[in-house]
Amino acid sequence: MNEVRRLLPDLRSASGPASPERLAERGFDQALTKAWAMSSQAIIDEVTASGIKGRGGAAFPTGLKWSSVNKAEGQTKYVVMNADESELGTFKDRVLLEEDPLGALVGLLIAAHAVGARKAFCYIRGEYREVEQMLAKAIDTLTQLGWAGPGRIDVEIRRGAGAYIAGEETALFNSIEGKRPEPRVKPPFPTNKGLWGSPTLIQNVETLANVAILFAHDAQWFAEYGTKATAGTKLVALSGHIQRPGVYEVPFGMALADILNAPDLGGGVAGSGRLRAVLLGGAAGTFLSPDEVAQSQLDYASLGAFGASIGSGAVMVFDDTVDLQWVLTKLARFFADESCGQCVPCRIGTQRIWEIAEKGGLWTRTEDLRELGQAMRDASICGLGQTAPLALLSILDRPGLRQDV
Amino acid sequence: MGNSVTLQIDGQPVTVAQGTTLRAACDEANHAVPTLCWHENLTPANACRACVVEVKGSRTLVASCSRVAEDGMEVQTASERVLNARKVVAELLLSTSDASLAPDLLSLADTSGANPDRFGGGATWQQPVREDNNLYIRDLSKCILCYRCVEACGDDAQNTFAIAVAGRGFGAHIDAGFGRDLPESDCVYCGNCVAVCPTGALIGKTEWDLRSQGQWDESKITQTETVCSYCGVGCELDLHVMDNRIVKVTSPADHPVTHGMLCVKGRYGYEFAQSEERTD
Ligand SMILES: Cc1cc2nc3c(=O)[nH]c(=O)nc-3n(C[C@H](O)[C@H](O)[C@H](O)COP(=O)(O)O)c2cc1C
Ligand code: SF4
Ligand code: SF4
Ligand code: SF4
Ligand code: FES
Repeated sequence: MNEVRRLLPDLRSASGPASPERLAERGFDQALTKAWAMSSQAIIDEVTASGIKGRGGAAFPTGLKWSSVNKAEGQTKYVVMNADESELGTFKDRVLLEEDPLGALVGLLIAAHAVGARKAFCYIRGEYREVEQMLAKAIDTLTQLGWAGPGRIDVEIRRGAGAYIAGEETALFNSIEGKRPEPRVKPPFPTNKGLWGSPTLIQNVETLANVAILFAHDAQWFAEYGTKATAGTKLVALSGHIQRPGVYEVPFGMALADILNAPDLGGGVAGSGRLRAVLLGGAAGTFLSPDEVAQSQLDYASLGAFGASIGSGAVMVFDDTVDLQWVLTKLARFFADESCGQCVPCRIGTQRIWEIAEKGGLWTRTEDLRELGQAMRDASICGLGQTAPLALLSILDRPGLRQDV
Repeated sequence: MGNSVTLQIDGQPVTVAQGTTLRAACDEANHAVPTLCWHENLTPANACRACVVEVKGSRTLVASCSRVAEDGMEVQTASERVLNARKVVAELLLSTSDASLAPDLLSLADTSGANPDRFGGGATWQQPVREDNNLYIRDLSKCILCYRCVEACGDDAQNTFAIAVAGRGFGAHIDAGFGRDLPESDCVYCGNCVAVCPTGALIGKTEWDLRSQGQWDESKITQTETVCSYCGVGCELDLHVMDNRIVKVTSPADHPVTHGMLCVKGRYGYEFAQSEERTD
């Protein structure tokens, strides 16, 4: 057995995902009781000790972020659960919220308690209507049990309206404030000036679920899985040419090849059965060749050696019949569609990459694409424009992947 | 220390007052950086990215128009990455918009060594001129989406909020709400958006007409300084006169009362001064 179930609930559980029974069964009521008896600093120390890093893509140390918000000046503070999940090939927050919405919410309440926030928002992708209902039920449960609600920590759901960029933290704040979801310039960082200019802690769904299981147990239990550098487990979303697509929870450090091939995980490459490449981290991710896949583990250092990152945990698999030029054209179109349009390198750059791709120029105009890509990485305001050329650049750096079919 | 910070710009130490932006610090060090969207009286929009500089320790380049100088910063205004970003920004804008009345963009293109055709041949912002009122024209084929007009119309000056950016990505554009003509919008024709537009995308109707007829001639224009006679605020007006006719009214950006902003009367209510029916 390679699959772990910690963030995801035990398959044998018969309780409703949003029910009080589930809260008790998962130890989340104890987690809340324990955290409420602790000082802010003790909670933050525990999160820091666990080594949890953000699961939304950037892998920022979670304890450090909590500590910054806790120290920031301000009467009013906010916490936000980022459930906008719009990255291509990423559908793990959806599964997590459907199967165990109380986990992420308990993490959110502990976060609010630790940094002194009285108001929490859950920003959820607009298309996730059923997920939203499940989340609302879980909020009701926590309100009835006295953990959430007005006078305690008020939790409000806000729905996105179909823009990938609204998942970027500062664009998300603007969206909650009723403005266009245009990212803001950093600094100032959200930890100092977030929602309505107040210190704000924003975390991905999976990050918060990690906090909940950490407090339901302890740092030692948490570190039973994973590597020395990165304790715990990660949700990965397998899609494309894979026998068993879906969301799986695996320990950090697992070989990528095992994730693809283990019978209880990916079950092997589908289609022709021969791997051409894996796109790791979604549209803004990096292509890995079969050789690189064979040498990599699911950990930041191992993947960093190949210029890749775990990102959101999206693993898209392509067999050797796939023309990667076609894939890159689709990715380019995605970014051109989803750019907010605020800054020049991204507004026009994403359009030009898409046009060059449509005209079949990806393998010939490499010099222009590299300079354009570099300018986008360097000079775009936010992560969208900064990462939009990465998948393309990763293929330009791997001529072996470029053979045309 | 105290109320000043010391940083290095291209290896040279510079001391500036706390709160000074990198752009202003670079200016003081005589290593000026190019800007397109920045305007002295508006909040930085951070949109054009022409002003980026390299700051040691920062993963990406940094927009100098908005970033505040910090003690010990090491800034490079002409590193390879900076020069590449500037050039690409100019090339991307030139591939999209008509720069014929945009001196800042043309000069950026020139100094950065941009090749205007490199990213050309694709979609552009070429579109019909919106000529829907007697006071100013919207020729958005020239727009570079610098946000200056939106800020001038909003809380940086006018507080009317008649225009905003609509659409997204390459389709983002300046809009008076649902694509409306200006007379149907909230616009009060103060012309402050026109005054700050760096590209001629917003342009006075008189100037537009004269340019269309090939009669606009900068060398024939003289400026006369006066004070607006409509009310008691005391806004300074610069009357731009060509062939003994007022063709445009502006106010100096550094004027303590106006900061370059006027109302519809001062900006456009000048015909009476040259009316044949005047009885003075
Ligand atoms: C274009 C863009 C889209 C993003 N979308 C999401 C998203 O859907 N969900 C998410 O958790 N983080 C998203 N992020 C990352 C957030 O900005 C932020 O880093 C994250 O929510 C922080 O939480 P974490 O530290 O728990 O990962 C996005 C970033 C960018 C640049
Ligand atoms: S990088 Fe793209 S998405 Fe981000 S602010 Fe600029 S235009 Fe908008
Ligand atoms: S003329 Fe004045 S009110 Fe009208 S759009 Fe321009 S700034 Fe706004
Ligand atoms: S119309 Fe002029 S001021 Fe407004 S965004 Fe376009 S170029 Fe800038
Ligand atoms: S002048 Fe700084 S971003 Fe435009």
